[in-house]
Amino acid sequence: MPPWLDDFLWTYQNLVHALGINGLLALSMYVVLAVGQLSLGQAAFMGLGAYSSALMTLKLKLPFLLVLPLSAVVPVAFALAIGVPTLRLSGVYLAIATIGLGEVLRAVYLNVDLFGGALGLSGIPERGEAWMIYGLLALAVLALWLVGRSGIGRAMEAMREDETAAQVMGVPVGRYKMGALLASAVLAGLAGCLSAHVSSFIGPNEYGFEPAVTILSYVLLGGIGTPLAPVLGAWVLTLLPELLRGFSDIRLVLNGVIIVLAVLFLPGGLLGMRMKRRAA
Amino acid sequence: MLAQQLVNGVLLGATYALFALGFTLMFGVLRVINLTYGFYFSAGALVALWLARSLGWPVWAALPAAAVASGVLAVVLDWVLLTRLRRIQAPELSSLMVTLGGVLALYSALTSWLGPDIRRLPPEAISAEAFQVGDIRITAAQLLILAATAVLVGGLLLLMRGTRLGLAIRAMAEKPDAAQLMGINTGQAAALVSFISGCLAGAGGVLIGLNFNAIHPYMGEQMMLRGFVVIIVGGLGDIRGALLAGLALGVIEVLTAGFVSSSLKEAVAFLILVAVLWTRPSGLFGRAVMRRA
Amino acid sequence: MTPLLELQGLTRRYSGLVAVDAVDMQVMPGGVHAVIGPNGAGKTTLFNLISGLVPPSAGAIALAGQDVTRLAPDRRAALGLGRTFQNIRIFSGMTVLENALTGLHARLGAGLLPTVLRLPRFKAEERGAVVRARAALDLVGLAAKADWRAGALSYGDQRRLEIARAMAPEPRLLLLDEPAAGMNPAETEGLATLVRSLRGSTTVLLVEHDMGFVMDISDRVTVLNFGKLIFEGMPAQVRAEPAVIEAYLGHKVAARLAAGAKAGVRGAG
Repeated sequence: MPPWLDDFLWTYQNLVHALGINGLLALSMYVVLAVGQLSLGQAAFMGLGAYSSALMTLKLKLPFLLVLPLSAVVPVAFALAIGVPTLRLSGVYLAIATIGLGEVLRAVYLNVDLFGGALGLSGIPERGEAWMIYGLLALAVLALWLVGRSGIGRAMEAMREDETAAQVMGVPVGRYKMGALLASAVLAGLAGCLSAHVSSFIGPNEYGFEPAVTILSYVLLGGIGTPLAPVLGAWVLTLLPELLRGFSDIRLVLNGVIIVLAVLFLPGGLLGMRMKRRAA
Repeated sequence: MLAQQLVNGVLLGATYALFALGFTLMFGVLRVINLTYGFYFSAGALVALWLARSLGWPVWAALPAAAVASGVLAVVLDWVLLTRLRRIQAPELSSLMVTLGGVLALYSALTSWLGPDIRRLPPEAISAEAFQVGDIRITAAQLLILAATAVLVGGLLLLMRGTRLGLAIRAMAEKPDAAQLMGINTGQAAALVSFISGCLAGAGGVLIGLNFNAIHPYMGEQMMLRGFVVIIVGGLGDIRGALLAGLALGVIEVLTAGFVSSSLKEAVAFLILVAVLWTRPSGLFGRAVMRRA
Repeated sequence: MTPLLELQGLTRRYSGLVAVDAVDMQVMPGGVHAVIGPNGAGKTTLFNLISGLVPPSAGAIALAGQDVTRLAPDRRAALGLGRTFQNIRIFSGMTVLENALTGLHARLGAGLLPTVLRLPRFKAEERGAVVRARAALDLVGLAAKADWRAGALSYGDQRRLEIARAMAPEPRLLLLDEPAAGMNPAETEGLATLVRSLRGSTTVLLVEHDMGFVMDISDRVTVLNFGKLIFEGMPAQVRAEPAVIEAYLGHKVAARLAAGAKAGVRGAG
């Protein structure tokens, strides 16, 4: 690698990692919105992935090759616990339960010694690398794109528009909603694991209400026309505070305002809500 | 010891019930899960704090003033955020999202302006006296909580059941179109419901701030989980349910902290929520909002 | 011959109201069967029960001899049940062709893995689906507009699209919920021609208010009132049946008509 690239990557390492991680989180939200559901559990699932993987590395001394896939287990378990009962209920229940999840987990992380309390867990060996993050991101974008341009993708769009009509056409809406939620948990959990293993420290305040709503703002800004759109939304909102120093303080305010404006005026996001498919 | 815990639990539960009441009222009448609601809670506490600190008002005067201020704030914010959505009959998840964004912006702005530190009501604001009834000790603050909750809940029930306005609100909750055709000004009624909910939230904020002697901008957001649990367990939109569930939650939390483990206290609300979702999502009195066919 | 659709004692209660009251009904394969009745008679609820959108309070539903009472709507679609809606529910953001393709969803078996890996099985299925979808569009005369955005279609065309979407998987039983609603006489005539052309490919069960339309194309008519089945027979019989007249026009008019008929005088028009 040429020395200037080396230097650049070293200086901006955190930013590079953050862009990748936030991209994954945006996809985790995208997949749920794509079937017409609203889950705000991505930050919570990320936290579960981060904490469980950190403990696996620190306390159980497991190799990273095992830890990475295993980091999806706990988030998936929680997704099932919340997702299964809310499947047949109005979407509002899922939204509420997932909002609450982040908060309660934060309180648990703060109060239970195993999780390090307010100081969190530190000294996590830096086993994660940028290529892993971006590799996973690329794979996820590709897979979601391929699914989008298929019968399943059509079914998902149909569900967004009119869930009942879709169901009568033969779309197994329950199965798809649960599948989307689980995919969301896996993506966020893996993101959490990678994030923990590149920044060597995690704390209880990183996975609560504010990050959860921020992730929503990525997707509302970018739109859900293609899987790339929410990723771009995440990149814009991650880069903005970096490029414009003064923005850091009001970053959250900005995210909130974006959501309000997007819902009220721009239901399609910047890049539109529809996937363009060849009538193949 | 147990008796004291129960009393503490009931008092805590009363504040939860108060908080949940406004929330459930909003959902029951306006069919919106309004997440800015938690903000009114914080706002109420902060206004009362300012009145007590800067103007030297005692708590029993600051409380109604703060409640009214929160009510007005609620009317304004709801109008800004929700009118358009109501007009285009947007799906309920849209109002959830817009209030989510709104509340994030509001909390962050408030925290930027005031800082996240925890503040306390000045000691002059309320008498430090305590009353002893047998084994049980009740402070003046706790008495105020009890009295205020009783007055507010009683007032609300009286309004809803005993006045024409209450009837109009209930009609609107059932069938907004029919209510409008009957000549009920639904815009005004909606604003009124926002106002009442804001007042309840604001009052709740002052009382919780008093109970725990801690006031900070994000306190409303921390209450939201409990608010959710109470309104779901009680039944979405049901006032009696919110009352009973709130009281029950307060008691269960205090007993858990006292007899099981205080670190588990936070998880109690969420565990109850998940248990209810699995077993009886309609709650004590409500009909679960199933997917519409 | 096994009935294609059989309802036994089918009942749906809401607190304080019985929308469908112990209905026993059989629909034989082939032909067009209509369900009529005054407003509020329970017709749309009946359809919702048959589609599986609403669970019955009592009774059973069988499709081609198979009990589907507890089956989810998407599973019933897989068994050959198609449906259109009273207030058109097409996917307006998608193209006309895509709408027709979604109708085929139950027939597309390729799972997640073959889809993502673009296995030959997936590709073959997609190709086949497009062929069938275009055929369905052809059937209703929308082939030329396949790439249009569905929301841009005229009302009449949207109705046709809904039918195409339901017909694409070649269902055994097609439920049409007030297909002629909101149509002028010319459009209604076109619709009647379309429905007649469906004979042979599928069995049609329709709910409709337009009496002319119903009498024109139905082989058999079932009449509901207050959720109860009050008469079933050929179109010509239905017209003269006192119970039906009473249901639509009320007790007094029915009595007067009957009295007039007895006295050999033509009843008031």
